[in-house]
Amino acid sequence: MLVRLSAAIAAICLLSGGAVAQSTAKPTDPQIAHIAYTAGVIDVAAAKQALARSKNKEVRAFAEDMVRDHEAVNKQALDLVKKLKVTPEDNDTSRGLQKQASAKLVELSKLSGAAFDRAYVDNEVAYHKTVNGALETVLIPSASNAELKSLLQTGLKVFQGHEQHAEHVAAALK
Amino acid sequence: MSPGRCLLVLATMVSAMTAVPAHAETIQITMDRLAFSPKEVNASVGDTIEWINNDFLAHTGTARNGDWDVAVPAEKTVTLVLKKPGTIEYYCRYHPNMTGRIVVAPK
Repeated sequence: MLVRLSAAIAAICLLSGGAVAQSTAKPTDPQIAHIAYTAGVIDVAAAKQALARSKNKEVRAFAEDMVRDHEAVNKQALDLVKKLKVTPEDNDTSRGLQKQASAKLVELSKLSGAAFDRAYVDNEVAYHKTVNGALETVLIPSASNAELKSLLQTGLKVFQGHEQHAEHVAAALK
Repeated sequence: MSPGRCLLVLATMVSAMTAVPAHAETIQITMDRLAFSPKEVNASVGDTIEWINNDFLAHTGTARNGDWDVAVPAEKTVTLVLKKPGTIEYYCRYHPNMTGRIVVAPK
């Protein structure tokens, strides 16, 4: 979990910090759209794995909330990029997030029962912390289109709720 | 009875019939950017709550005392008739940070 968390932060720092050597110091709107969308897809995949493996009522309800909300946010994001005629652009942060998420899916696929539930929920707490931190400090301040910024702000509000919900479920599993 | 007089009697009867029950109101509560607005409303038994979801996310209006649980899909409006008096604290099951209160007076 910590490895993934720090690696995700490193990936985001790479984008913002590493860009010092480049001409722009912040991600572009097409990159931001790609990162936000990828982050949503990752969480939906994790939730679907949980729905396939977990029998815990609270964990399943949480996973259902993740699928419902992240799919809704991503649908909105797709509609927006279409309207703005923006093509989301793959980048190191998106690739970093995706790589770690794939590794996490494999890791969790080896667990079952209470061990799976704890690992899934702990990762959800960490993952939402990472993504929310990135939204607050990098993605929202860097977004130049007002509609994109507004969608990211709504997303942040939704995901902060998810982080609290995940913490609540994690505490109940302890 | 002349046709005119007959109509007058009929009109009086109709207006008397409709005036008997207290007029039930429709009260709107909007769900917008993960908040209920207004956060607190006053209503009476028999009134209708119109839940208007302006968000692209699904929400619910769920009474903490279990009286009602209204699912409101994204960008849809759903109505609920209040049947019991009391002060009802409610929230969204999907986004528990969304909370509100309806004070329902007896009829």
